[in-house]
Amino acid sequence: MQYHRPATFEDAVTLAAGAQGVTRFLAGGTDVLVQMRSDIVTPDTLIDIKAIPGTHDITRQEDGGWRIGVAVTGAEMREHAELDRDWPGLVEAMDLIGSTQVQGRATLTGNLCNASPAADSVPAMIAAGVTATITGPDGSRTAPVEEIPAGPGKTSLARGEMITALHVPPRGTGGGDAYLRFIPRTEMDIAVVGCGVNLVVEGDTITHARVTLGAVAPTAVLVHAAEDALVGRTLDEEALTALADLAEASCNPIDDKRGTIRFRTHVAGVLARRAAKIAYDRAKGAAK
Amino acid sequence: MALDSSKTTGFKYVGTRPDRPDGFDKVTGRAKFGADATAPGMLFAAIKRSPHAHARILRIDTTKALAMEGVKAVVTRADFATGLTGENWNILENVMAGDTALYDGHAVAAVAATSALSARDAMKAIEVEYEILPHVTDVDKAMEPGAPVIRTGAADASVPEGLHPNVVRYHKSGHGDVEAGFAEADLVIEDHFVTEATHQGYIEPHACLGTLGADGKGELWCCTQGHWNVQKVCAALLGLETSQLRVTASEIGGGFGGKTTVFIEPVALALSRKANRPVKLVMTRAEVFKASGPTSSTSMDVRIGMKTDGTITAAEGVFRLQGGAFPGAPMEFTAMCAFAPYDLKHVRQVGYDVLTNRPKQAAYRAPGSPMAAFAVESVIDELCKKLDLDPIDTRLKNASHEGTRASFGPKWPRIGLVETLEAAKAHPHYTAPLAPGQGRGISCGFWFNHGGETSVSLAMSEDGSAQIMVGTPDIGGSRASMALMAAEVLGIPYENIRCTIADTASLGYNEISHGSRVTYASGLATIKAAEAAVEELCARAAAKWGIPEDAVYWEDGCAKPSGPNAGDFEPLPIAEITATMGATGGPINGHFEATPEGAGVSFATHIVDAEVDRETGSTKVVRYTVVQDAGKAVHPTYVEGQFQGGAAQGIGWALNEEYIYGEDGRLQNAGFLDYRIPVASDLPMIDTVIVEVPNPGHPFGVRGVGETSICPPLAAIANAVSAAAGVRMRQLPMRPSRILEALDSAADG
Ligand SMILES: Cc1cc2nc3c(=O)[nH]c(=O)nc-3n(C[C@H](O)[C@H](O)[C@H](O)COP(=O)(O)OP(=O)(O)OC[C@H]3O[C@@H](n4cnc5c(N)ncnc54)[C@H](O)[C@@H]3O)c2cc1C
Repeated sequence: MQYHRPATFEDAVTLAAGAQGVTRFLAGGTDVLVQMRSDIVTPDTLIDIKAIPGTHDITRQEDGGWRIGVAVTGAEMREHAELDRDWPGLVEAMDLIGSTQVQGRATLTGNLCNASPAADSVPAMIAAGVTATITGPDGSRTAPVEEIPAGPGKTSLARGEMITALHVPPRGTGGGDAYLRFIPRTEMDIAVVGCGVNLVVEGDTITHARVTLGAVAPTAVLVHAAEDALVGRTLDEEALTALADLAEASCNPIDDKRGTIRFRTHVAGVLARRAAKIAYDRAKGAAK
Repeated sequence: MALDSSKTTGFKYVGTRPDRPDGFDKVTGRAKFGADATAPGMLFAAIKRSPHAHARILRIDTTKALAMEGVKAVVTRADFATGLTGENWNILENVMAGDTALYDGHAVAAVAATSALSARDAMKAIEVEYEILPHVTDVDKAMEPGAPVIRTGAADASVPEGLHPNVVRYHKSGHGDVEAGFAEADLVIEDHFVTEATHQGYIEPHACLGTLGADGKGELWCCTQGHWNVQKVCAALLGLETSQLRVTASEIGGGFGGKTTVFIEPVALALSRKANRPVKLVMTRAEVFKASGPTSSTSMDVRIGMKTDGTITAAEGVFRLQGGAFPGAPMEFTAMCAFAPYDLKHVRQVGYDVLTNRPKQAAYRAPGSPMAAFAVESVIDELCKKLDLDPIDTRLKNASHEGTRASFGPKWPRIGLVETLEAAKAHPHYTAPLAPGQGRGISCGFWFNHGGETSVSLAMSEDGSAQIMVGTPDIGGSRASMALMAAEVLGIPYENIRCTIADTASLGYNEISHGSRVTYASGLATIKAAEAAVEELCARAAAKWGIPEDAVYWEDGCAKPSGPNAGDFEPLPIAEITATMGATGGPINGHFEATPEGAGVSFATHIVDAEVDRETGSTKVVRYTVVQDAGKAVHPTYVEGQFQGGAAQGIGWALNEEYIYGEDGRLQNAGFLDYRIPVASDLPMIDTVIVEVPNPGHPFGVRGVGETSICPPLAAIANAVSAAAGVRMRQLPMRPSRILEALDSAADG
C-alpha cells in the first residue's frame, strides 16, 4: 500500500489518475480505516487530503452561502455558530455521526463518498440543495450532491476525480431545515431510516420544500412530489398526512437485520411528519 | 483460643466505601490486562476459523502459510492430546475442531509468526477444504424430526426415548399434582415465550501469552475468571502435568461468566510448544462474538393457575435451551429457578438441553435464570392484570420464606424475598404517577449462589501491615471487600492491607470466580485466615507477658489481657508484635482452605417504568429501581454497582441484544454496531435499595450479589413494555420492529 499526502488538489488528482488498483482518499478515515481493519477494502493507494490548504475551512460566500472544505470535521461544523444558525438540520445530521472521537475526524465529503445508503448527512445535504465541486484530470465541474452516490459503496465519480469543496446555498429569509433518523439505540448506531426536510415559508405558507429519505433505497431518495404537496399551504394535519403517504410511497427498502421493508416504510412516514414539523417551526422562527 | 469474629452488626470497616485498591492503576492505564503482556522473542498468533455453520473438514493445507516469511508454527487438532473424555473432550473439540466444523467461527487451525500482520496473512493462506453439511441454529427446529443431527450419541442417560438425538440432556423436578392444582384455580394462563442468545459483552476480548517448552513446563498469562481451571484444562488438552503449568490471571475487563472456560489459551500453548517461543494470542471482537460463549436461546411454555384472591394453585414450565454444538445449556437452572420465588403446593418443571450449530454457550450471570423469570413473571403479571390484583401483594401472598419447600426440593433456610418485596412496595417509585405512554412492570428473581473450593493466605509484615493472597480473580471490586473483611478482624486500617490475586504456583487450589461466590467464599476464607493470624498475634503477646494464651484477646488491632486476673498489661499494638516476630517465633501468617457450603441464596425485586413510542415501536426505560438482598453489603458502592450492572445488561437483553443468524447459518452481527448493547444514553439512572437479611453461612452474613441482579430485568421490562404498549410481549428482544408488529396485530385482531 502506498500512502501519499499531497499539498495541492492538482497533485492529488494526478496521483489518483495514475494509481493502479484500489484507490481511496483519506479524509477523516472513519470509514476507510475501519474498512481496512476489517478486511472489507484494502487500498493500494491512499491519498491523504488533509494537508491541502483550505480543506479545513468553513467560509461564508458573497451570496450568503457557505463553502465547506473537504476535511472539515463534524465537530468543527457543530462549533460554527453562524453555520448552525443557517442550517441547523445539516449540522445536526452531521453531528449524529458516531461518537465524540469520530466527530473529531469525520467529514461531510467522506460521508457522501462512502456512499452508504444510510449515511446521515446525505439526506440533509440533498434537502438543503448542497452542490459539490468535482475536480479531475480534465478540469472541474459542479454537481448537486444527490448525483454523487450511485449505489451502496459506489459513486458516480470517474477515475481520478475527487471532490474539492461543498457549497451550501444561501439560507435567505424564512428558511428552516431538520434531520431525524431512527435507530434502535439513542447513539452510536446506523440509521434504519433517515429524513431531511428543508422548508421556506412566508407567514404560515410554505413556498419551498425539499424532503429526502435515507436508508430506504440504494441511494438517498428525494421525495419529488413532496414539493407539490406542501408548497402553497400551511403544515396542517392534511399536509402532514399527504407528506407521510408520499414518503412511504417513495421507499424502496430491503429487508435486513437492521429493519424490515414494512418497518422502514412505516417509519419513513413517521419521520417525515416529525422532521417537517421541526423544519416548519424553525422556518417560522426565522421568518419573524 | 478459637477465635470467632462472627457478627452482623457493630462493624468498623465492613459497610464503608473506600476507593478500590485497583482503581488508581485502572484510571491511569497502569493496570495490565490480557493483551498487555509481552515477552522476549514473542510470536503473534491468529486462528483460522470455519466460515460454515456445519461442514466436514476434508483437508487442511498449511504449506503456503508455513512458507511465508516470519511464520514459525502452525497447529491443527493433531497437535493436541488424544483420548480425552467428558467435558475435556468437549472443550478441546470447541477449541480446535476435529473432523467437523460445528459452527460459523469454529477454529480449525492456528498460526504463529513474528508479527501480528504476518500471522493474519498466514492464517488467510491456510487452505481448508470443506464438505458443507445441513445445519440448524434454532432450538425448536433442532428438536423437530428430520433436523440435521449435530452429533450422534451425545445424549446422556437422562434423555427419555423417542426424542431427537440433538436433545442431549433432560431435567424434570417438582412436587404435588399439578393437574389437581390447576383444577382448583379460578384462572389458568398458559403462554409461549422465546428469548434470543445474548453475549456477556465484556469490553476486553480474550487475550493470553503462553510459553511451553519441550520439557513440558509452561507459563501462561491470561484474562480469566479462574486460572486454576485454566491450568487444569490446558494441562489436559496438551497432555501436561497440571503442576508444571503456572497460570497468572491478568486484570480482567469484564467476564460475567464468559471467562470461566478456555477458548484460545490451549492454542497459544500448542503453538509455543511447536515454535519454542512465547506466543501471544488476542481475539478480535468478531472472534469474541463468533467463537466465545454466548448464553443460550430459549423456547419456553409456562402455565400458572391462580385463585381470584391471588393464591397460585399450580405452576408448570417447559424450558428448551440450545447451548450450541455441545451439551451444557443450563436448562436445569432455568427449570429450578423458574418458580423458586413461590411457595407452591403443585409444581412441575421440565428442561431440554439441545444441540445446534452455534458456538458452545458459556455461563452468563445466573446462567438460565433470567429467561425463566421472563416467562414465569410475565404469566403472573398477566394473571394479576386479568384478576385485577396488585402485582407486589400477589407475589407477597405466594412468596417463599424460611421453612417453605422450594420448587426444586429443599426447604428454604432464612431468605430475604419477602423483605425485597416489602421494600419495593414502600419505595416511592412503586406509587409514582406514570406519564401517558408509560407502563410499570415488576418482577422477582432468584439465584442459588455458590461456595466452592477456596484457599486464602495472609501474611503480616514487620510494620504491622498485612498482605492477603486470594485465588479468585477480581471481577467486581472483590479486593476491596477482602481488605475490608481482613481489616475488620485484624483491627487495622483498610489502607494497611494489600490484596493480591495469586498465581497458581503461589496458593492452593481455587475454583473460578463464578456463582457469585467470591465475597462469600474467599471472604469467609479471608476472615478465617485473619483469625488464624490474630490467634498467633495473641500467642506472641501471651508469651511476652508470660500469661496463658487464652488470657489474651484481640481488640482494635491490639492484644489485651482478658481481665484483671490475667495481669495488668498495656495493650500491645499489632506493629509492636510484628516488629519482633522473627525473634519471637518466626513469621506470622494465617491461611484457610475449605469448600464452604453455606452460600446464602439471593432474591431481588425490580421496578421498571418504560415508555413506548407507538409510532416507531421504540422503548425508553425511564425509571428503574433494583431491590435486592445482599445479606451484608461489605462495600455498599460495589454492591450497588453489581445491582446496576445486572439491570443495565438486562435492559440490553430485553430490548435490543440478539444473535442474528442468516439462512446460511452464519452470524450476521459479530460486532457492536449491530449487536446492540446499551450505550450510556440508553439507560436511566438506576436506583438501588440494599436489603440485608444476614446469611447464617457467612461470619458477617454475606450473600453473593453479582448474579441475582440480572434475573428480574427481562421480565420486569417486558411487563413494563406490555403495560405501556397494551399488548403482551412474549419474545425477546423487544426491538422496535417487534413492538410495532405486536401493536399492528393487536389493532388488526
Ligand atoms: C464508530 C463510528 C460511528 C459512525 N456513525 C455513523 C453514523 O451515525 N452515521 C453515518 O452516516 N456514518 C457513521 N459512521 C461512518 C463515518 O464516520 C462517516 O461516513 C464519515 O462521515 C466518513 O467521513 P471520513 O472523513 O471519515 O471519510 P473517510 O473514511 O476518510 O472516507 C470515506 C470515503 O470517502 C472517500 N472520500 C473522502 N474524501 C473524498 C474526496 N474529497 N473526494 C472523493 N472521495 C472522497 C474515500 O475515498 C472513502 O471512500 C461511523 C463510523 C464509525 C467508525
